[in-house]
Amino acid sequence: MSSTTTRRDPNAKPEAGTAKPNRQARAPIYRPPDFLWKRDADRCALCKRCVQQCGFDAITWENGPVVDPAKCVGCHRCEAFCPQKAITVEPNPQCLRPHPLWTEAHRKNLWTQAETGGVLLSGMGNDLSYPILWDHLLLDACQVTNPSIDPLREPMELRTYLGRKPDQIEVEMTDDGPALVGEMAPSLELEVPIVFAAMSYGSISLNAQKAIAMAAEELGTYWNTGEGGLHEDLKPYAHRAVVQCASGRFGVTADYLNAGAAIEIKIGQGAKPGIGGHLPGEKVSAQVSETRMIPAGSDALSPAPQHDIYSIEDLRQLIFALKEASNYVKPVSVKIAAVHNVGAIASGIVRAGADIVYLDGFRGGTGAAPTVIRDHLGIPIEIAIAVVDEQLRQEGIRNQASLIAAGGIRSSADAAKAIALGADAVALGTGALLALGCTLCQRCYTGRCSWGITTQDPALTRRLDPYLGSRRVANLVRAWAAELKEILGAMGVNAVESLRGSRERLRALGLDTTTMDILGVKPAGMGA
Amino acid sequence: MRNSRFDRGERNISGCGLSGMMSLTGERVDGRVIRESIAILHERSNGLGGGFAAYGIYPEREDQFALHVMYESPSAHKAAEEIIAQDLDIDLDERIPTRANRNIVDPPLLMRYFVLPRALQLHELAMSAEDYVLERVMRINAEVPGAYVFSSGRNMGAFKAVGYAEDVADFYRLEEYDAYIWIAHGRFPTNTPGWWAGAHPFTLLDWAVVHNGEISSYGINKRYLEMFGYRCTMRTDTEVMAYLLDLLIRRHGLPVEIACEVMAAPFWEQIERLPEDKRRLHTALRQVYGGALVNGPFAIVFGRQGEMVGINDRIKLRPLVAARQGSWLYLSSEEAGIRAMCPDPDLVWTPRAGDPVIGRLGSDVVIGQPESIGEEAAVHAFARGGG
Repeated sequence: MSSTTTRRDPNAKPEAGTAKPNRQARAPIYRPPDFLWKRDADRCALCKRCVQQCGFDAITWENGPVVDPAKCVGCHRCEAFCPQKAITVEPNPQCLRPHPLWTEAHRKNLWTQAETGGVLLSGMGNDLSYPILWDHLLLDACQVTNPSIDPLREPMELRTYLGRKPDQIEVEMTDDGPALVGEMAPSLELEVPIVFAAMSYGSISLNAQKAIAMAAEELGTYWNTGEGGLHEDLKPYAHRAVVQCASGRFGVTADYLNAGAAIEIKIGQGAKPGIGGHLPGEKVSAQVSETRMIPAGSDALSPAPQHDIYSIEDLRQLIFALKEASNYVKPVSVKIAAVHNVGAIASGIVRAGADIVYLDGFRGGTGAAPTVIRDHLGIPIEIAIAVVDEQLRQEGIRNQASLIAAGGIRSSADAAKAIALGADAVALGTGALLALGCTLCQRCYTGRCSWGITTQDPALTRRLDPYLGSRRVANLVRAWAAELKEILGAMGVNAVESLRGSRERLRALGLDTTTMDILGVKPAGMGA
Repeated sequence: MRNSRFDRGERNISGCGLSGMMSLTGERVDGRVIRESIAILHERSNGLGGGFAAYGIYPEREDQFALHVMYESPSAHKAAEEIIAQDLDIDLDERIPTRANRNIVDPPLLMRYFVLPRALQLHELAMSAEDYVLERVMRINAEVPGAYVFSSGRNMGAFKAVGYAEDVADFYRLEEYDAYIWIAHGRFPTNTPGWWAGAHPFTLLDWAVVHNGEISSYGINKRYLEMFGYRCTMRTDTEVMAYLLDLLIRRHGLPVEIACEVMAAPFWEQIERLPEDKRRLHTALRQVYGGALVNGPFAIVFGRQGEMVGINDRIKLRPLVAARQGSWLYLSSEEAGIRAMCPDPDLVWTPRAGDPVIGRLGSDVVIGQPESIGEEAAVHAFARGGG
């Protein structure tokens, strides 16, 4: 599916005809709608609820609901809330003459650009059909020679610590028995190897962020402020927050840095490697403006690079500046997009002093990104985990930082595979939003989310009850945790660290030899 | 074979029987007693591997490293001896004495070398003698096809072959050796025909390990060890045990008890009930040594100079029984194995999951023996769930 909205290049010349409109330029290009909106007139009670529910003004009222199909984004809000179940929203079966090269999506994008001259925008993650390596990896189980373990009857441990660890520890024998010499570096203690991905207040609503923060607290894990600062209402959940310091430095103060459990420097994001953030002015409400410390209604454009980081040594300075500012009691994470040379980059980050490396694969979500960037830059997270974990091990520095993997973790199986490839934990972004009711219509950048998730319009945000939302998010993670325990038990191990990096428990189905080598995984059918 | 980063389909997995005996006063006995014990456990093996480790057998050369090496071909013999001769001073090289046995077929060439590292090279490389020898052993095992150093400690030796353990004892003439620690193993591999180097014990310097079980965490344990320069070449889980012990105890300097806590870590639930300083220690151990947690069923007995240890996995998925009689400590997969060594023990007990039994030369107190369990330790052991 392609985007219909564009971001104009401010330096571009106005398109021909803008100044002096003429009939020729206004002749429309025919662009078939993506969705068809159907109403069963026999069932419809003419209650107008669909009109009220549509966040995109696609439905108006003229003696009954009338739809502008061009505006329908397929979010299914009206369908879900129709008390008579009279509405169905379907993909438009009408097709342009098929062409394997010039797909409908390409043609529609091209037409939009021909009309507007702008950069196409998208929300959520890459929606092109690249191979999904998760679906080519299979997990192992025990039979006879090593017993499986029943997670309902035996302890099964998922607890995970994120942060720098020494290669060895020193123990001294005292009269009281063995005792630890020295202190451990600060780390995050997680009851499940799952954290929430960075999603800023601004890109998502306060209610959505609050739901996730409450769930994190309940689950014994962490949420991430994103680059939007920390809203006053979320301070009670700050001890479970990773506070982000991104290129726009929105909302970054000494108090902010000290409020969270950890600090994250955001270098890049899987959905938009190499470019900065873009929060459209429509979403910068009074409260967002206060939290981010920017004027209301202004576009919040964070620069592509951090303007004090032009090299790895600059990164080291920022890492230690933040550690100084927080008195060395909080781990510092560095988030990067998975790009081609991710192994060497991650190694540099660890050597620069980061305690956690957050890898975001090319399928990671976003509130707004240029479609061309989202869909074509970066590499899959599966590959990135394997490469980074292996490189850090070869350099003997794997203990010095933990790895968080994100960008397309759809289920506990994906999480288990990510951990087996070498991740310490996975991060959930899109998954958490889906738990809040998101249907993945990918129109987050419009600020009109009918589900109250990626909008700042009070009429829409109040649709999301943070308490009920937190139930669903917590349920989701609990369900995954239970499934992870089942997986561990079937594999005959009772602690997640025995799966972590244990690629021996993975087999590949239908991957080429080179990819298997990069993943460090044997083909299915090859024994121990 | 090795055209990619990982070995493809080369690891054997196996079940087994094991026994161990130790004189806490250093009294030495010959190999006939331990042979009886492992013979009783015949049904736990299938004739595809048996072996022994003995401590205190070379008192006249106690300062020298005794390398036991098997060669499958003349070219392996030549290549490995080049490495040995180049880097080590050889005081004596000879064939390991054996006796023909109809059940032990096709033996490789079995040699032993009593060696010392070249002092000058040690000095130049600023290495300990142990690290120096270890590096050579690793090199031969990884790089010379058909040559395997299967024992490399001082005043100790490993003896192993394809066959039932009792035949292996006869083959190696173990009645001619006197040791204060004997460890034995009979193997039940579940795939591939036996392979001489694949029999237990696995050794590294003066470590010797025998193992019953399959390590479900093998994949990560192997990768963890590789980070510290170990190369797993023996195609079996058990060498991982030997390398972990070497890393934790010799290189990281952890007490044996702590190394056991790493390999069979207490559960978080138990750690939370410990007093503050112990909780801090155990939390740190699990944070740092997650890659060294040995998960899956195992019972192991391992020895080093002056010490014999038996331990189970954290939920006791394999059997292990211990016994005391006077100044002797006995360990075995089954009580029958103990009674074969010592018909009338003073005390027989089943160690709890993850709690080590440790016997030390010169100390009458065996760690993990029921009387010596203090109150706190008893709570700790109870909290494991008993297995």
